[in-house]
Amino acid sequence: MRIFEQLKRSFAITKKDLSIYYLKGSVIIQGLLIPAFVFISFILKREMSLDMMIPGLLGMALFFAVSAITPVITPWETRMRTFERLVSSPVYLWAIILGDIMASVLFGLFVVSFIVLAGIILLGVEIISFPLIFGTIIAAFCFSSLGTLISAPPADKPSDIMLIASIIKFPLIFISGVFIPITEMGVLKILSFFSPLTYYTDLARYSIQGTSYFSPVVDLLVLSVFTIFLFVIAVKWHEKSLDKRF
Amino acid sequence: MENIIKAERLKKNYSSFNAVNGISFAVKKGEIFGLLGPNGAGKTTTIRMLTGILKPTEGEVHIGKYNIQKESMEARQIMGIVPEMADAYIDLSAIRNLLLTGELYGIEKEKSIKKAENLLKMFHLYEKRNQKVKTFSKGMKQRLILAMALMNDADILFLDEPTSGLDVESVRLIRDLIRKFNQEGVTIFLTTHNIKEADLLCDRVAIMNYGKIMAIDRPEMLKSVIKKTSSVEVAFKNLVEEKVFNFKEIIEVKKMGDKFQLYGNKMEDIILFLINHSQKTNNEIISLKILEPSLEDIFVKLTQKNENF
Ligand SMILES: Nc1ncnc2c1ncn2[C@@H]1O[C@H](COP(=O)(O)OP(=O)(O)O)[C@@H](O)[C@H]1O
Ligand SMILES: [Mg+2]
Repeated sequence: MRIFEQLKRSFAITKKDLSIYYLKGSVIIQGLLIPAFVFISFILKREMSLDMMIPGLLGMALFFAVSAITPVITPWETRMRTFERLVSSPVYLWAIILGDIMASVLFGLFVVSFIVLAGIILLGVEIISFPLIFGTIIAAFCFSSLGTLISAPPADKPSDIMLIASIIKFPLIFISGVFIPITEMGVLKILSFFSPLTYYTDLARYSIQGTSYFSPVVDLLVLSVFTIFLFVIAVKWHEKSLDKRF
Repeated sequence: MENIIKAERLKKNYSSFNAVNGISFAVKKGEIFGLLGPNGAGKTTTIRMLTGILKPTEGEVHIGKYNIQKESMEARQIMGIVPEMADAYIDLSAIRNLLLTGELYGIEKEKSIKKAENLLKMFHLYEKRNQKVKTFSKGMKQRLILAMALMNDADILFLDEPTSGLDVESVRLIRDLIRKFNQEGVTIFLTTHNIKEADLLCDRVAIMNYGKIMAIDRPEMLKSVIKKTSSVEVAFKNLVEEKVFNFKEIIEVKKMGDKFQLYGNKMEDIILFLINHSQKTNNEIISLKILEPSLEDIFVKLTQKNENF
């Protein structure tokens, strides 16, 4: 019951985030355009088959959409002087962070369903499967938790955090089987095991191509473990940096 | 009256620096209690520890029957908080800001809307309720933030420098409303670096500097200290020497260029003495100013007093 009440308050934060940060033309267009461009450039350059590419695209689109805004919300609100009011209200820090996460999850799911829809209508790719839907939701939570973890250092300059975010996000794209399937990565394969994105792309490959490196159950399980781990670390770190934020 | 805020041996260290250095005090239910001190005294750090935003390095805080560390959510449910230089969400309208606050305190929607509309009227913001806060002046924003702190019918309001840097009209409205809510039974804890504000609003004032509370008393005490540290600044047409100010009511004389600052308890007598001197020696007074004491002066006075104990 207490938890339920906190979740309701989290959702108030989600609604606030959506209307302030996400429901903006520029943000939505960016969320859709970046994957679209990458997609087109791939079609033009490579002779990779569509069902090879779509899983990577899906992973990348979800990853970027979900982790675009989450890292900057806390530094931004610290700077705009709304954060102290928020943490002084009767809402636990975990519930505040969860509120931010849910907003980006909803946004990510919107972007991804758009891409999936485009894939189905334009290209006739069969992609919808139960593990993929389930996996997409978990992965959205997972990448979003990573986003809030990035926002934990007590900076109030969104640009500083953006830099950190880029340093973490871009390399992850290259080691997660987005562009190059894990099987073709050689020794670097080991690195890919540490990226949650690997398991989501793998799951998408399974759903679309019918073959994958890990089994879908392993993918879902590892994604869940990553999610919980990243969320807990993010909350702990945010608690720590609260002292230095003000 | 029972104590509603109790702080015991509160201490906050930032690495090796003591921002708050072991302070204890209690605020009674229904009081307006002021924490007065210059910039850097430790007021904000103190209020953040009282409201559970910062963990004290040492010491304990009780809000009503709750320990702020262990039961922070329950305690906050009965507190309204206006942090220092806080802002509302500028991309949301005034009413959305209030309703969001309502949701954060778990107030049901109908009640929240009613309460928000009432507060908007009270704070003279009703006409602009649907405008984005972006378009608000600083004073309007501060009124809105105060209204947000009142959404949950708090028993205690914590206000960190509530009128600092605002326009005269907003300052007056905010002070009036602080008094009004206090009369309705809300306990008020505020910080200020403004002696006048402390005097105008507070039932009791704690004077803080260098992380320590140097005195807690009614504002009357402040006034007596202020009197003792008032001074007159005077300049004569023809230069005079320090020794002409040999008068029993003048406690201290400071030469400031061609002017003199004269400290004493009875300003009227000192001024009369100066006029007399001017007439007797036919030396025109070209400027005469009564100087209000700075907070610094008061602290110096208080520290001296403490050393004498
Ligand atoms: N996060 C922090 N890290 C280090 N020092 C701090 C921090 N916050 C405040 N201080 C220092 O603590 C002292 C008290 O600050 P503060 O409580 O804000 O004073 P006031 O509100 O009375 O102006 C100041 O010297 C300030 O520089
Ligand atoms: Mg302060």
